[in-house]
Amino acid sequence: MTPALNQDALSPALRRGLRAEWLERRGKWLIILPPLLFLLVFFLIPFGFALVISFADTAVRVPPYTDILSVSPDWHIHLTLNLGNFKYLLTDEVYGLSYLYSLKTAFFSTLICLAIGYPMAYGIARTSKSTQSILLLIIILPFWTSFLLRVYALEGIIRETGLLNTALLWLGVIDHPLQIMRTTLAVYLGIIYSYLPFMVLPLFATLEKLDHSLLEAAADLGSPPWRAFLEVTLPLSVPGIIAGSMLVFIPAIGEFVIPTLLGGPDNLMIGRVLWDEFFGNRDWPVASAVAIAFLVLLVGPIALYQHYNTKQLEA
Amino acid sequence: MESRISPFLISILCIGIAVLYIPILVLIGYSFNASALVSVWGGFSTSWYAELMHNDQILDAALLSLNIGLVVSTGSVILGTLAAISLVRFKMFRGRLLLTGMVNAPLVMPEIITGITQLLLFVSMLHVFGWPHRGFTTIVIAHVAFCSAYVTITVQSRLASADRSLEEAAMDLGSGPVRAFLDTTLPSIMPALASSWLLSFTLSLDDLVISSFVSGPGASTLPMVIFSKVKLGVSPDVNALASLMICLVGACVLFAGYLMRRAERQRLMDAQMAER
Repeated sequence: MTPALNQDALSPALRRGLRAEWLERRGKWLIILPPLLFLLVFFLIPFGFALVISFADTAVRVPPYTDILSVSPDWHIHLTLNLGNFKYLLTDEVYGLSYLYSLKTAFFSTLICLAIGYPMAYGIARTSKSTQSILLLIIILPFWTSFLLRVYALEGIIRETGLLNTALLWLGVIDHPLQIMRTTLAVYLGIIYSYLPFMVLPLFATLEKLDHSLLEAAADLGSPPWRAFLEVTLPLSVPGIIAGSMLVFIPAIGEFVIPTLLGGPDNLMIGRVLWDEFFGNRDWPVASAVAIAFLVLLVGPIALYQHYNTKQLEA
Repeated sequence: MESRISPFLISILCIGIAVLYIPILVLIGYSFNASALVSVWGGFSTSWYAELMHNDQILDAALLSLNIGLVVSTGSVILGTLAAISLVRFKMFRGRLLLTGMVNAPLVMPEIITGITQLLLFVSMLHVFGWPHRGFTTIVIAHVAFCSAYVTITVQSRLASADRSLEEAAMDLGSGPVRAFLDTTLPSIMPALASSWLLSFTLSLDDLVISSFVSGPGASTLPMVIFSKVKLGVSPDVNALASLMICLVGACVLFAGYLMRRAERQRLMDAQMAER
C-alpha cells in the first residue's frame, strides 16, 4: 500500500520541486505577459489601426477621419471600405516618384557604404584583439550619437562657408565655393555619413569569425591573394554583407531628417512626403495609406535581414 | 588573425574614422567661437553656453527630455529584461514567435512608420477611453516600445551565456526559483542591465521623429526644439547645445562600454579561476 499523499508529509525538496513546476507552468506568464502585452498593444496593434484608417475618408472632426464600422439604428453593422486613398496613391504621381526616388537613393547609398565599409571592417578584423575593441568603440560611438546632431554637424562642413569650401578655396583648388547643400550630393553624403557604422558592425562580426586557415589553404594550393579573397573571404562574408546592407537600406528609404535638412526641393523622399501629408495637409487617411504601402515594400528587405541575422546569430 | 595589414586597409580605415569624427569635432570647436557669424572665427568664448542657461525654451525642453529619458530607460530595462528572460528561459510558450518578432522588428522599422502608427493608436484611444493625452505619457510609451527592444537584445545574449550552476545550487539549498534567480543570476547580468539603461537613455534623449508624431501641443523635447532651429540654418547657440548633448551621450556610451568590458574581463577571470 502506498502512503497517503499528505501535504505535510511532502519533503521540502519535493515541495520546492512542485513550486518550480508551478512557476514553469503558470508563474512564467507573470514574466512573459507584461512585455508581450505591452509590445502587442503599443507596437503591433498600431499597424492594424493604420491599416483600418487607410480605408477611411477624411472628415472635419476629431480624429480627422470617418468610421469604417458603423451601426445603423436597426442594429445592422455597416462596413465602409474606401479604396480611394490607395487609388489616389496610384494616380497622383508624387507618391510613385517619391517611392522610386527613395529606393534609388537608398540603393546607391547602400552600395557606397558597402564599398567604404567593407575594407574598414576587413581592416579592423585583421588587427589584434585589443586594437579591435578600441576601433570598434570608435565606430560605435557615432552610431549612438543623435542623427539630427550628426546631420547638423555635417551641414557645418559642406555648407557654402563651411570647412570644406574654406579649405578648398585656401588651397586654390577651386576659385568659387561649391554648392553642395540642397543638392542630391548632400543627401548622399548625409546618408553615407550617418549610416556607415551600421554597415561596418555586422560586416566586422562576420569577418572576425572567418576561419583564417581556409585562406592559408588557398595560398598553399597556389591561389594568389586576390583570388583567395574572391573565392573564400567574399562568399563567406555574404551574411554580413546582407545584414549590413539591409541595416543601411531599410532606414535610408524612410529617411526624413537628411533630405529635409540637407536636400533641396527635388529630393522628395517618401519620409518627407509622409511627414508633409501628416503635418502639412493633415490628411491622415492618405498618410496611413502611404505608410501601409511603404510597409508592404519593406516586407521583403526586412525578411531578408531577419533571415541572415538569425543565421549569423546561430553560427 | 594576421598582424600584416596592407597600407590600403590602414588608409581607408583612417579616412573612414576621420570622416566620422571631423564634423563633430568642428562643431564642438565652433561652439566656442566668440563671433555670432558661424563662418568667422572671432576668438575663444563660452558665451553661447552661458546664453543657453537663459533660454527658457531650451531649458524647458531639456528638462522634459531628461525626465522622459529617466522614465523610459527604467521602464525599458524592466520590460526588456522580462522579455529577455522569457525568450532565454522558457523555450516553449504560446506567443514565443510573436514576442521574438516584436522584439526584433523595432530595430529595423523606419521610425516614421512606427511614429505614425503609434499616433493613430493614441488618438483612437483618447477618443474611446479619454486617455492618454498626447505629451509626456505618449512619448514615454512610444520610446519604451523601441528602447525595450534594444534592452532585450543586449540582455538576451548575456543571459544565454550566464552560468546556471549557481542558480541550481541555490535552488538545491532551498531557495525558490525566483529567489535563486534574484540572488545569483541577476547580479551577473547587472552590467548588461546598467549599460542597456544608459543606451536606452541616449536613444530616448536623441529621438526626433517618433517624438514629433506622438507629442502634443506644449510638449517639445530637446531634439524637436533643435530641429525647428536647425531648419533655419546653422546658429552658434545650437552649436553649443549640440556639443553638450554629444558629450553627454558620448559619456553614457563610453561608460556603458566600460561596464560591459569590465564584466566580460571579470567573467573570463572567474572562468580561469574555476579551471584551476
